[in-house]
Amino acid sequence: MFYREAGDFSTTYEQDSQTFPIRFDRYRYYVVLLIAFAVVPFLINDYWVNAVFLPFLIYAIAAIGLNILVGYCGQVSLGTGGFMAVGAYAVYKLMTAFPDVNIFFHVIGAGIVTAGVCVLFGLPSLRIKGFYLAVATLAAQFFLVWLFNRVPWFYNYSASGQISAPERTLFGIPVTGAETAPWAAYLFCLVFTVFSALIARNLTRGMAGRKWMAIRDMDIAAEIIGVNPMKAKLTAFATSGFFVGLAGALFFAVYLGAVEVGEVFGINKSFLVLFMVIIGGLGSIFGSFAGAAFLVLLPVLLKNILVSGLGWPTDLAAHLEFIIVGAMIVIFLIAEPHGLAQLWRIAKEKLRLWPFPH
Amino acid sequence: MPDQLIFGIEVLLNGLMAGVLYALVALGFVLIYKASGIFNYAQGVMALFAALTLVGIMEGQVPFAHLINTIFGTEIHHFGWHVPAVLAILFTMVVMVLLSWIINRFIFKYLVNQEPIMLFMATIGIAYFLEGFGDMMWGSNIKKLDVGLPQGGSFWIEENTQWMGLGNENFYGFFLDQLDLVATVVAIILVIVLIVFAQYTKQGRAMRAVADDHQAALSVGISLNFIWVMVWSLAGFVALVAGIMWGAKSGVQFSLSLIALKALPVLMLGGFTSIPGAIVGGLIIGVGEKLFEFIMSSKSIAGELFGFTIGATENWFAYVLALLFLVFRPQGLFGEKIIERV
Repeated sequence: MFYREAGDFSTTYEQDSQTFPIRFDRYRYYVVLLIAFAVVPFLINDYWVNAVFLPFLIYAIAAIGLNILVGYCGQVSLGTGGFMAVGAYAVYKLMTAFPDVNIFFHVIGAGIVTAGVCVLFGLPSLRIKGFYLAVATLAAQFFLVWLFNRVPWFYNYSASGQISAPERTLFGIPVTGAETAPWAAYLFCLVFTVFSALIARNLTRGMAGRKWMAIRDMDIAAEIIGVNPMKAKLTAFATSGFFVGLAGALFFAVYLGAVEVGEVFGINKSFLVLFMVIIGGLGSIFGSFAGAAFLVLLPVLLKNILVSGLGWPTDLAAHLEFIIVGAMIVIFLIAEPHGLAQLWRIAKEKLRLWPFPH
Repeated sequence: MPDQLIFGIEVLLNGLMAGVLYALVALGFVLIYKASGIFNYAQGVMALFAALTLVGIMEGQVPFAHLINTIFGTEIHHFGWHVPAVLAILFTMVVMVLLSWIINRFIFKYLVNQEPIMLFMATIGIAYFLEGFGDMMWGSNIKKLDVGLPQGGSFWIEENTQWMGLGNENFYGFFLDQLDLVATVVAIILVIVLIVFAQYTKQGRAMRAVADDHQAALSVGISLNFIWVMVWSLAGFVALVAGIMWGAKSGVQFSLSLIALKALPVLMLGGFTSIPGAIVGGLIIGVGEKLFEFIMSSKSIAGELFGFTIGATENWFAYVLALLFLVFRPQGLFGEKIIERV
């Protein structure tokens, strides 16, 4: 009733192979985009942007990146925090070295730099797999954080060892720095999130994505049918690194403004993004959004209900958050390994026939 | 002997001691991995949880005191008794066995035949759960753990190694922490006990059979569930020992579970399936990171060789070493060769 493809006929190849072939789906996404671009910016204030929307959009990009690596290509990475730090420091160096270039290109540049670093640390994946690789990426996490902490060139020899984003404008409107209006920061991130999702969606349903999935399902068989494992794995690392780098750059430049690397991009960040991917759904772009929304909203909800509502101390709420997140991971792995995205798919299937199932 | 050399030797000895502690944590990983193929990321948090429980029982803390006080508005903190260390260790062991049973009964029973990487991610979930649970149960402040182990430097060794300076009057003998010496002895005993257990007892044989082949073990009448609970309890026991040693050294706190992360590169180096490998890997990592740090941060060595010095390399040295090692020998020093069958 709410969701059907009846009466939806494709008459050209273009129509048949578009991103959302079902008309209802397509219109729903147009409506969501319209609301996100045209309605939300007028309604939000500082609290909503900083507590919910910015982290959600940025983590969604990071989760898409990690999902490409873990969900589509099957290479588990625990170095996401480190790679986000690369994005943050790359955008900082670019912003300070070329102040006249538009910030938009700096963020893209940070993504490209991160893609390079990610490929470098992805090289061992050609020889090792599974949790061996997971531990190898831990090396990236610890080494990169240490590097940014210890080598003064990266933080421009500032006395505090922190990096802070200078003010940069887009069309005359500041998007980084202290003067940024909430809606400007929101729109800036939204543009990147929408384009990341579009690119990732189309990559994963094209040739590149099919190669990644072949490697994930069985690498030896994939090699035999003609997939070059080196190319497939390294392109997965590069693509993933690009998105994670974007997320890191936005996280530093737009969301936080100033960053102390060990605190912000530590090992916990790696796990947080991995959890988003697991809870949201391995191998699903929608799942990345769902997982990011879930794990961004959970602490906000807990804080509002427990701390503000019931008057609990904050440390108790934080412990409860750990317990809930850990339990959710285990429950999802047991009950629904494909995460929230699979629940969504099941719901859509049910809605096709509702209220008159066979 | 010149100052630098003497100092280097002392760093090396201390590295050996630190390595023993890494090896203690790594042992727990190996036990579970061999018997069930699960790579248990939660081992470090288990050590933290065991240490927290031990302190809590010894001090007579009320579990969940913070939570109870918040909900009911009461003011309870302690039962008001002090449990002797030996008894408290026994109680903690009971808790760890219970925990093993719960983990196997409610989690891994439902994950049989899943891919190893799924099991690995499930243990990350367990680690998070246990971390929050332990903090909520016993409070998250840094606690002092005192089970009567000796602390401070060993004067005996300091006095008896003074002659090794060979006329260098700045040398007063090697400084070694007594606690590290105790840890070394405990680790050696633990390994011997584990090996004897695995080789000569009925349960040990069953454990090795399960490690070798699950289905064959099932078909000769070995209960997989019992063996898994037993192995997780053994790992819990090793975690408890490691928790006591680390806790006595630097207090029971969250960083304990991070130190335990270092056990991962130790395993990479030694091989996932080998108990001696865990020990040797631990020693190599312990010595390697201390020596590397000493060389790279010393002005007279790295400063003259490379023209610069870097510090705090201990954070990443172990991981990068393991990474390089993996590329050339993926199964580690003593691990079984990884053979892939289609």
